[in-house]
Amino acid sequence: MTIIIDRSRDRSKATGPVSIAEKQREKDRPQGLYKARVPIYPKLVHGQWRWIKWALLIVMLAIYYITPWIRWDRPGALPDQAVLVDFDGGRFYFFMIQLWPQEVYFITGLLVLSALALFLVTSLFGRLWCGYACPQTVWTDLYIYVERMFEGDRNARMRLDAAPTSFNKLWRKAGKHAVWIGVAFGTGGAWIFYFHDAPQLIRTFWVGTAPMTAYVSCAILTFTTYVFAGHMREQVCTYMCPWPRIQGAMLDDQSFQVTYRYDRGEPRGPHKKTESWEGRGDCIDCNQCVVVCPMGIDIRDGAQLECINCGLCIDACNEVMEKVGRPRGLIAYDTDSAVAARSCGQKPQHRMIRPRTLYYGVALLIVSGLMIWGFSTRKTLDVHALRDRNPASVRLHDGAVRNGYTLKIANHGFEAATVEVRYDGVPGATLRSPGRPASDPLTLRVDPNRVTSVRVFVTAPASDVAEGSRPASFDVRSGDERQTVRTAFEYGELR
Amino acid sequence: MSEPERDEHSGVETTGHVWDGIRELDNPLPRWWLWIFYGCIVVAIVYWVLMPAWPGLNGYTPGILKQSDRAAVAQDLQALQAQRGRGEAMLATASLQQIEADPALQAHALSVGQSVFGDNCATCHGAGGGGNRGYPNLRDDVWLWGGALEEIEHTLRVGVRSAHPETRTSQMPAFGRENMLTAAQVSDLTEYVVRLSGRPANAAAVGRAQQLYADNCAACHTPTGVGDRAVGAPNLTDREWLYGSDRESIRGQIHNGRNGVMPTWEGRFSPGVIKALAVYIHVNAGGGEASGAVTVAP
Repeated sequence: MTIIIDRSRDRSKATGPVSIAEKQREKDRPQGLYKARVPIYPKLVHGQWRWIKWALLIVMLAIYYITPWIRWDRPGALPDQAVLVDFDGGRFYFFMIQLWPQEVYFITGLLVLSALALFLVTSLFGRLWCGYACPQTVWTDLYIYVERMFEGDRNARMRLDAAPTSFNKLWRKAGKHAVWIGVAFGTGGAWIFYFHDAPQLIRTFWVGTAPMTAYVSCAILTFTTYVFAGHMREQVCTYMCPWPRIQGAMLDDQSFQVTYRYDRGEPRGPHKKTESWEGRGDCIDCNQCVVVCPMGIDIRDGAQLECINCGLCIDACNEVMEKVGRPRGLIAYDTDSAVAARSCGQKPQHRMIRPRTLYYGVALLIVSGLMIWGFSTRKTLDVHALRDRNPASVRLHDGAVRNGYTLKIANHGFEAATVEVRYDGVPGATLRSPGRPASDPLTLRVDPNRVTSVRVFVTAPASDVAEGSRPASFDVRSGDERQTVRTAFEYGELR
Repeated sequence: MSEPERDEHSGVETTGHVWDGIRELDNPLPRWWLWIFYGCIVVAIVYWVLMPAWPGLNGYTPGILKQSDRAAVAQDLQALQAQRGRGEAMLATASLQQIEADPALQAHALSVGQSVFGDNCATCHGAGGGGNRGYPNLRDDVWLWGGALEEIEHTLRVGVRSAHPETRTSQMPAFGRENMLTAAQVSDLTEYVVRLSGRPANAAAVGRAQQLYADNCAACHTPTGVGDRAVGAPNLTDREWLYGSDRESIRGQIHNGRNGVMPTWEGRFSPGVIKALAVYIHVNAGGGEASGAVTVAP
């Protein structure tokens, strides 16, 4: 039996002098399956791509934070929020569009469209999404900005991390984490506004009467934002995200990617001002492309999985090229085939229209067409007829046969509809709905934005029709809209 | 005590036990395991303090939280009643006709009625209310005690041959079993009833039964056989009968005079729920009485 005693204390004290064999065994022991993370301290860089990244960052964050606050006037008690996922009411509102749960295929279509657009853009221009628009990139950029405010740029940060604990180090670290958590809370806080009336929720959230799901969602997003953007950063892209693998499959030698033009850069090496550039490449091995990279890679190793195509190394390299008096663009958005062509002394050719871009483009057009067709033929009323099955039919005292149906009429519109219902297929049949005045055709009022359930009875006069069923249908009209809902009329046993 | 034996490869002490030449290493328990173990001990102690835990002579220690499942259930039930209160109040104040005519109230009554029917009525009347031999079909327009809204509600409240003081009661005598009529007379009456429901029958038997019917049956079923809902006497001119409409079933019913029972629901359900149930049955029976129907052009 193993006794519960913690024996993980230093073993060497118990065993005395360590033998050479013991040392060798220590060495042979497995060192752990996981490689420790090499800390990355991206350096601030200036330039055109950095500038575009800042601009996009502001646009993305603005869209994210402002969208829930846009109002959109809707009639009656419907929510006046332009974009709202209303779980309580079971509706999705997007400006003038209102989707019901059973129309979720529109959202599926939107996701398919987004995926195809991503495929197309990736096959043309590489992983632009990763480098510029992905929330992980945007928030990580924001977090690095905050980090730089408190701890300075790359070298200062490295010195600070290496330095012993001091008041200076403590307050900088604490300040950074405080702002990080603040940003994370802002992120999680904004998310919940998409699911509830924002002005109302912001009040109830602070007084503690908001739904528990709001607090839990906010807490989860705060936590994930803080951990992903603050602590995990490039590890999310490299180890957690499936996109790098999938996007890699979209790329070919004609895709524009951040490329080190080895035909121009090699052989690389340090360069003194007075030296000639003859017989050597333009790369002076200054490592600036490496120190600015948020993914911690060396682009000169060629296209690689970790590269998010953000272009910061291009900016860094251009700055250096200008300093040393060489042309810009040693690192640039370029294609593999162009680089290969130049190294053979040929003129590079860019082919934007290729089989794969054609496929993606055509697929994109087809899905967009389907979506537009779906939206334009969308009916205001959605009618279903459920036939009673237990019992399927009833014989009345005079031998007549009666079938019961539940009509479910969904009114997708914002106004009450008057619906006329007729029954076809059974000669001489009468139609009535209990509790409603008898009329021909049966006239029903259907509330807007609701599913109205109506019990309807069809009575066929006594006849010699054999047992069994015959096809029948409800003819439902409202204004110009007309729908035929197919069903059946059942004749029960004869007596 | 001798120096403990060490495993040569891993450098870990062994327990000194050997089974089939295999020596057991005395590895320490994983640290995470130990911490969870210590954590469990702490949680257990906290639990003793907070929750009812120690049995004593006069019951259990209540714990600081004074947790009681019984109280929690009572509280939940109270909350449920409060939640249902609004719907119940609406049903209680509206008349049966109002409930049926207002689409929102009708929908509420149907949903309440459906669950109550499923729990209490479906056992006998069937899940869809289609009935069974001896248990009335609630879907058709043949009603022993009347199929209007008020009549259904009344039947629900007082029941049939139930413990309720105002219960509905009808009495079909067991003419054959009680030796009130001979077997031949029962046979003749059977033919008479078959004839009443519009089917061909033995003319001689019908003629013999004329007087028998007037003497024994007409009081309840009326001389023409259309029945009387005031006393729960079925209409003998249609063919929708509780115990069957074929000759054997008719003969059996005249001989045995079976009478069904339905419990009273007053007191078991609130008036609002009984109303909801009445509306549910009425609506699913196509409005009970087939009146005011509109003919649809073929």
